[in-house]
Amino acid sequence: MKLNAKIPAGPIEQKWTKQKFNYKLVNPSNRRKYNIIVVGSGLAGASAAASLGELGYNVHVFTYHESPRRAHSIAAQGGINAPKNYSNDGDSVYRLFYDTIKGGDYRSREGNVYRLAEVSGSIIDQCVAQGVPFARDYAGYLDNRSFGGAQLARTFYARGQTGQQLLLGAYSALSRQIKAGTVKLYARREMLDLVVIEGQARGIVARNLVNGRMESYAADAVVLATGGYSNAFYLSTNAKASNATAIWRAHKKGALFGNPCFTQIHPTCIPLTGSYQSKLTLMSESLRNDGRIWVPKKKGDTRKANDIPESERDYYLERMYPSFGNLVPRDVASRRAKEICDKGMGVGETKLAVYLDLADAIKRLGKNVIAERYGNLCDMYKLITAEDPYEVPMRIYPAVHYTMGGLWVDYDLMATVPGLFVIGEANFSDHGANRLGASALMQGLADGYFVLPYTMGNYLGGTKFKPVDTKHTAFQQSETKITEMIKKFLSIKGKRTVDEFHIALGKILWDYVGMARNKAGLKKALEMIPKLRGEFWRDVNVVGSGNELNAELEKAGRVADYFELSELMALDALHREESCGGHFREEYQTEEGEAKRNDKAFSYVAAWEYAGPNKKPILNKEPLKFEYVIPSQRSYK
Amino acid sequence: MNITLKVWRQRNPNDTGRLVTYEAKNVSTHMSFLEMLDVVNNDLVKKGEDPIAFDHDCREGICGSCGLMINGRAHGPGRGIATCQLHMRGFKDGEVIVVEPWRANAFPIIKDLVVDRTAFERIMQAGGYTSAKTGGVPDGNAVLVPKPVAEDAMDAASCIGCGACVAACPNSSAMLFVAAKVSQLALLPQGKAERTQRVLAMVDQMDKEGFGNCSNNYACEAECPKEIKVTHIARMNREYLRANLVEK
Ligand SMILES: Cc1cc2nc3c(=O)[nH]c(=O)nc-3n(C[C@H](O)[C@H](O)[C@H](O)COP(=O)(O)OP(=O)(O)OC[C@H]3O[C@@H](n4cnc5c(N)ncnc54)[C@H](O)[C@@H]3O)c2cc1C
Ligand code: SF4
Ligand code: FES
Repeated sequence: MKLNAKIPAGPIEQKWTKQKFNYKLVNPSNRRKYNIIVVGSGLAGASAAASLGELGYNVHVFTYHESPRRAHSIAAQGGINAPKNYSNDGDSVYRLFYDTIKGGDYRSREGNVYRLAEVSGSIIDQCVAQGVPFARDYAGYLDNRSFGGAQLARTFYARGQTGQQLLLGAYSALSRQIKAGTVKLYARREMLDLVVIEGQARGIVARNLVNGRMESYAADAVVLATGGYSNAFYLSTNAKASNATAIWRAHKKGALFGNPCFTQIHPTCIPLTGSYQSKLTLMSESLRNDGRIWVPKKKGDTRKANDIPESERDYYLERMYPSFGNLVPRDVASRRAKEICDKGMGVGETKLAVYLDLADAIKRLGKNVIAERYGNLCDMYKLITAEDPYEVPMRIYPAVHYTMGGLWVDYDLMATVPGLFVIGEANFSDHGANRLGASALMQGLADGYFVLPYTMGNYLGGTKFKPVDTKHTAFQQSETKITEMIKKFLSIKGKRTVDEFHIALGKILWDYVGMARNKAGLKKALEMIPKLRGEFWRDVNVVGSGNELNAELEKAGRVADYFELSELMALDALHREESCGGHFREEYQTEEGEAKRNDKAFSYVAAWEYAGPNKKPILNKEPLKFEYVIPSQRSYK
Repeated sequence: MNITLKVWRQRNPNDTGRLVTYEAKNVSTHMSFLEMLDVVNNDLVKKGEDPIAFDHDCREGICGSCGLMINGRAHGPGRGIATCQLHMRGFKDGEVIVVEPWRANAFPIIKDLVVDRTAFERIMQAGGYTSAKTGGVPDGNAVLVPKPVAEDAMDAASCIGCGACVAACPNSSAMLFVAAKVSQLALLPQGKAERTQRVLAMVDQMDKEGFGNCSNNYACEAECPKEIKVTHIARMNREYLRANLVEK
């Protein structure tokens, strides 16, 4: 397949402006004739649906949640970036663009990333107008902080609940359009198939989760804003229901999947305590500003943390990275923690944890200052672990957090199926091989508020549509296929639960397709995953029926998709014989143990094409060109 | 430790429902309450029985999905936490725990512990917003919001829409939920322009949904996982009074 990213020509600062001018328009009085389906109501979906509704299109929003406000975006803590330069520290659109390209380890597109930086300022204005109570100073101006190792303060935040406030802002705009009648909400519905007719995305089939009914919906365009796939690993910081089904099923209908192996592991999460554990909780990485990370020097040291004298502690990040110390980027901090635990130096019951110690900061600044900065995090930690971080060091360990990979889209955010748009974490676009802190919220809202409304108009205005309704055989075929799949699940009546399979799959991914990967391990994963998948289809036990609220059945469908996606993740990781950002291949590292890119051979987006069941996916390449930010080796020594 | 659970089971909205007893064995004190239910459910599935249905998602107290009456208390014992933040270490070996759904006419039961809270959606749609369209808004710093005002607004805005206030209230009143939104937008200059219609429309919708009246019981504040203060109800009452005067 020939991939055309459709990045406009011309100087980087003018690309978006010129492109907007070139886009076709839809006359305001004609817009209500177009039906647009938006699947997902997180930051990306809610902002897109509200904005498209305001423009006058007929929008249909689907979510498996009971309310748009429950989407996973609600959990984001830290903040959202925008180069407003309110702090007068020399920020600019160009600098944010530069940082994002470099942070992504040169595996994203310059054109897209520049546009992201360019529109991000408007997001803040929009949210303020909606009533988002961002942090302010006493004079009433917006406050900024530095986040995720950034050298300047460009992060806007609302306490530790930024995602919640941004989502509630988008949700309120959405609610307003629902009231106005331009948007119709379909809650507790799960999209289970994309319907493609004569090469165009023309609708979806969804299951009504309350009564189990199959429902078909036709439209002129379909937008997927369905989030990331970190939960393939079973344990992650994502909400329990976050899943890959929408993008995976669209993939099987022809949408290429970009860089599936690019996953992000967050260094500061509360470690696992037992086999029953259902998810991992993120502790904001702002803790690394004042916390010192260490392990005992002696292997198997069973003393309590506070009984280990200073001279017997290894502050390994400070030792290895004298200039960045505890503030090295996420991927580096995560890998070092894993290594040190793999060597047997880990702490806590499971030995899979390192200490993050606030004691020195408390000594230096006083408990009050630390409580002011991290009070809510310390409370959260105490709630979960019953330990007081003001008294004993916290135990932390890396966890899967975000997926940079996703459906491949062009500059217009359109997938390889015409009429299918993919926004937010669900697409692969702007973060390359590693996402910087506070930039996912920015991207989701940029896509929804300020990019899609234009590119959608261009598509609708420039496309001929045959009338299609849900009586079309394509809808019937999808419904039949899904009904068969559900019947199959319910008929297996095996011995293992869906969760047991999911946990086993997650372990394979974590062990071999996780933080550090190598050829032998990936090959092993590629043998183990299909084997386990075979067992799943023979031995899973899904109880209940298909015509009622049935969480087991919902999970079964999602896990079935994870099995297939996991294989693609492993395959992608195996083929990419280099290390970059979150993708670390042990064979390719510098002498200092840092990721070693191979720009000559791998400066491209790997866009995988579905070739049919049990067939090897086809690799397509979109070469990446860098005209402004010239690739160099990242170094944090 | 071992726990005896008495859980409300109801197949669908028309079923009468009943408490069913389950034994949860070898419960670890590190477990969260929902993880304990996960283990019970895993065992039920293994026996071919229907697992207990309950809503949940983020499991860190922010999405507002979870919500159980545990021994008669909304979100169980403890202050300022949602059900998903409750841990088993607070319970004793051999304890009997009664688990029920939110009970309110405006929140019909869908199945077992899952209720329909879409009444909250309709209240939000009635006026829980500013009418700022995408684009065409001033710079974020064009209108100043002094820190204390922003902080007050943030306190109100932290509502997670869980419905515990309704479940805890003897009258099933939704005042705290509605007041949190009205108050947030009344405090901020961005929300002032529409304050009159907003409070009237939201309160009107609240009444239509069949929520009860507020009799200053304050059970809502006591059980609210975000510790939203009843002072916001007082602010809403003032807003409502003012709006009625302005309207007339
Ligand atoms: C704990 C945590 C903290 C974070 N903190 C930050 C931060 O500080 N700053 C930052 O920039 N980023 C942060 N992130 C990342 C960021 O929150 C996410 O990347 C972002 O919110 C994703 O938004 P989204 O709209 O793409 O998807 P989501 O919010 O995941 O929404 C997905 C939507 O799709 C719906 N959906 C999915 N599949 C289907 C289907 N098949 N049928 C129907 N509906 C479906 C869901 O119901 C939901 O409405 C954090 C992430 C986590 C996990
Ligand atoms: S006011 Fe409190 S109890 Fe009521 S819905 Fe909001 S968070 Fe829940
Ligand atoms: S599961 Fe999200 S608040 Fe409890």
